[in-house]
Amino acid sequence: MRKDFYSEINANNWKTVMLFVFFFILVFLFGAAFGAYIGDIIFGLVIAFVIGVIYSLIMYNSGAKTILATVKAKEVLKKDDPYLYHTVEGLSIAAGLKVPPKIYMIKEESMNAFATGIKPEKSYICITSGLRKKMNRQELEGVLAHEMSHIKNFDIKVMLLAAVLVGVVILLSDIIFRSFLFGGARGRGGNRDSGGAQIILIAIAIVLAILAPIIAQLIKLAISRKREYLADASAVELTRNPSGLASALKKIKNDVDVKVDSANKATAHMFIENPLRHSKRKQIFAGLFNTHPPINKRIKLLNEM
Amino acid sequence: MIWWIWAIIAVVVLSIIGLYNGLIRLKNKVKNAWAQIDVQLKKRFDLIPNLVDTVKGYAKHEKTVLKEITEARNMMKKASDVKGKAAAENQLSGALKTLFAVSENYPDLKASQNFLQLQEELSGMESKIAYARQFYNDMVMRFNTKIQLFPNNIFAGILHFKEEQFFKTEGKERENVKVKF
Repeated sequence: MRKDFYSEINANNWKTVMLFVFFFILVFLFGAAFGAYIGDIIFGLVIAFVIGVIYSLIMYNSGAKTILATVKAKEVLKKDDPYLYHTVEGLSIAAGLKVPPKIYMIKEESMNAFATGIKPEKSYICITSGLRKKMNRQELEGVLAHEMSHIKNFDIKVMLLAAVLVGVVILLSDIIFRSFLFGGARGRGGNRDSGGAQIILIAIAIVLAILAPIIAQLIKLAISRKREYLADASAVELTRNPSGLASALKKIKNDVDVKVDSANKATAHMFIENPLRHSKRKQIFAGLFNTHPPINKRIKLLNEM
Repeated sequence: MIWWIWAIIAVVVLSIIGLYNGLIRLKNKVKNAWAQIDVQLKKRFDLIPNLVDTVKGYAKHEKTVLKEITEARNMMKKASDVKGKAAAENQLSGALKTLFAVSENYPDLKASQNFLQLQEELSGMESKIAYARQFYNDMVMRFNTKIQLFPNNIFAGILHFKEEQFFKTEGKERENVKVKF
């Protein structure tokens, strides 16, 4: 079992490299297109890379905090909830982390949880208040152990990078569209030279429309279903109690209120169970496009441990 | 022909260096895991006088339990090796369990905010000690397995690596985590 977790960390390093390569190619394309539009390809490339690098550095370093702010989560201190605090600290000891993750809570009736951060030493576990309220101690421990495993296996780094990458792509395409609209209005005045560049930009607009779903697909690839199974198995290694997490998942499955209101498509892949699912019936049809493996199969695997 | 011998010697030396570094790394992990247990034991150790004082105020007659706890605490103070600490920790955990069971008979004590806080704190610590022990024992297991395997066992002996001791507890493993007050 232990070998699996090490190979998972290796796989995550590989995915990180792949994400960077993909990111580099996209920024290059945007830069070249912008350069073609203003008539100086080198200048366009420099601008795109400067913006891309600065923006992604800022996003990467403040990403976890930004995500916590978008889902409207607030930090939980020891005095607010001693039991929760002790459990997280205990699990982080069991996982061999040097510093326990900080705990955040979303005021929200539905039950869900996620972990984020760049590295285990600077990570965050976020749960909904509904989860805290409706789970018993063993179930809560199971869910927290699942999130702790994402931290331990460096899943959080890949998930955060994926989110940052999408952010950069959206920002750059936004800049291009804006300059296209602005320049387009001016161009109609009579500058015939810009005609070719505008055609390129229109082509890029089309390419972007095609790229967007591919990017989404890439995130889903990076955040593979196997990762959730592995985090489940890893969680059991921490708690030595498969029934806690199994019963927690069962409770989440049977809950009526499933939607996390503050979650969106960009953050959905981070949660322990898809926060955007609507009802059990609809899920059957959406199965192919799910960010998460079927919960019944996860419960079954846990019960077999 | 001679360089073949040199190559074999080089391979052997390199693998011994690799083994040595791997063992040192694992040994440090064991040490670090032990430090984690020690930190938690120390934290609980510091909380005990506070608990004893609080209980004394409400339940004067429970001298035996309180004495047991103080004794276990002194035992913890004296213990230096893994075995001694494990024994002291067992005694202390048992005594604390008895104390919390007895506390059921004193409604005033049970209602005291201070006592409730201490109870939550101690039960959290108990579970953290269990987690730390689990991590420590896992590391010890990995270390011991590594130095027992052939041919590692030959070199481990020459390089003076000894098996580490497990942190053993009485009763079922992890049982004290599920304790609810």
